[in-house]
Amino acid sequence: MTARRLVQPSLIGPIRAFVVLMIAMPLLTACGYNTIPTAEEQAKAAWSEVLNQYQRRADLIPNLVQTVKGYAAHEKEVLEGVVEARARATQVTLPADALSNPEAFRAFQEGQAGLTSALSRLLAVVENYPDLKANQNFLALQAQLEGTENRIAVARRDYIEAVRVYNTTLRTFPSVIWASLWFTDNKPFENFTASEGATEPPKVDFN
Amino acid sequence: MAGNAGRRSAVPGSATAAPPDFRHRFRPFGVAFALLLALFFPLIASAAELPALTGRVVDNAGIINAESTTALVRKLADFEAKSSDQIVVATIPSLDGEPIEPYANRLFRAWHLGQAGEDNGILLLVAPSDRKMRIEVGYGLEGTLTDLHAKLIIENTMVPAFRAGDFSGGISRAVDDIVMVLEGNGAELEARARRNQNSGPPGADIAAILFIAVWASLFFGGFAFAILPRMFGRKLGAGRYEWLGMTFHYGGRSGSSGGGWSSGSSGWSGGSSGGGFSGGGGSSGGGGSSGSW
Repeated sequence: MTARRLVQPSLIGPIRAFVVLMIAMPLLTACGYNTIPTAEEQAKAAWSEVLNQYQRRADLIPNLVQTVKGYAAHEKEVLEGVVEARARATQVTLPADALSNPEAFRAFQEGQAGLTSALSRLLAVVENYPDLKANQNFLALQAQLEGTENRIAVARRDYIEAVRVYNTTLRTFPSVIWASLWFTDNKPFENFTASEGATEPPKVDFN
Repeated sequence: MAGNAGRRSAVPGSATAAPPDFRHRFRPFGVAFALLLALFFPLIASAAELPALTGRVVDNAGIINAESTTALVRKLADFEAKSSDQIVVATIPSLDGEPIEPYANRLFRAWHLGQAGEDNGILLLVAPSDRKMRIEVGYGLEGTLTDLHAKLIIENTMVPAFRAGDFSGGISRAVDDIVMVLEGNGAELEARARRNQNSGPPGADIAAILFIAVWASLFFGGFAFAILPRMFGRKLGAGRYEWLGMTFHYGGRSGSSGGGWSSGSSGWSGGSSGGGFSGGGGSSGGGGSSGSW
């Protein structure tokens, strides 16, 4: 009798702990433990798409500059402006790990905005060269450039939304519990402040 | 037959011949449905500005004539049957000041054009009052119908016809061009069609999930009911426990566990695409081109 009494509690203890764990583990995921990492990875994936499309634009530029040079070689200033802006923009890299760094993000955004405005100056100059505008190679490049700019806009919009979701999970209940208990290293990501085109008023030149 | 009569009685106006008790039975469902609607109402309201996907040709601006519409619908249905590529023509009265590119992307994503996983949809959008058009290309077709192709179709086919006021002809010929470009890549087209045939009906996945759910609930349910009442239940007597309002017998002959326990009633209805047209689940990243006339 006494032996059984001694054995039973020592057996029931581990079983009880095991069953509690069996029930608690799935509940852990249901409580939103996965919410923060999931949102973080989605934001990072959206950022990769932004980088991908900016890279695509940078890759188009040497060919574009070469084509324009053939028709408008004396527009040296504008062409060099584009080449320089491209060099500056591609120098600033922003891997997904550094998305919570405001200075790095601003530098990246400024680099790409500089390239955007240099490109729009180039396309404005091109209007003066009907031969160039009729060139098939230029038409193809222009179509690709337009498409890329639009893809950049879509990728930025998706990134803005993904970051909004991620930053919200870091600050709202119940995931904020996990953020403060477990994911203490997770910082809110930086987001695009305004659309690139909107930061600069359009210039009208009657010369 | 009786089921048919019941369903018909739920339609207002034709309820005269139906027995009255049916209507009483349907009332709780009606209340629940209204509550659900109220819950989702903000969602519906925010998406109200986008037109509904009523078919392969959504001519909300009313610029395509009837015979062109029927011809287009047949052509697009045939092409989807052959290649699984989903082309949809949409016209809208006005963009309300929004640029056409983000609008087309939103519409494309809201309609989920193209097959899921392939993203092989194309949206041809025309906004006559803004004099703008766009060919929005899904991710999966960006390599086949390039931005340049889209631009050439817009500039060389659509713009001249639209300037002459021939919307039906311009749109029909643009669709012909799109189909021609997509067919031009024959090997890719066939491979894609084969891939989408092999994937089988979407019910297969759900059947697997159901199977696992039932199996798991049986397995873990039995496991839980064997152990949990002993741990958490109230002991009534030797081998008898009460837990969650049910009495459990253990040891000796296992009596009925007197509980009304049934494995999760699956209120699931199989993908009922009753002849209507819907997007296949594709998405777009802003590929394609736009123009104006």
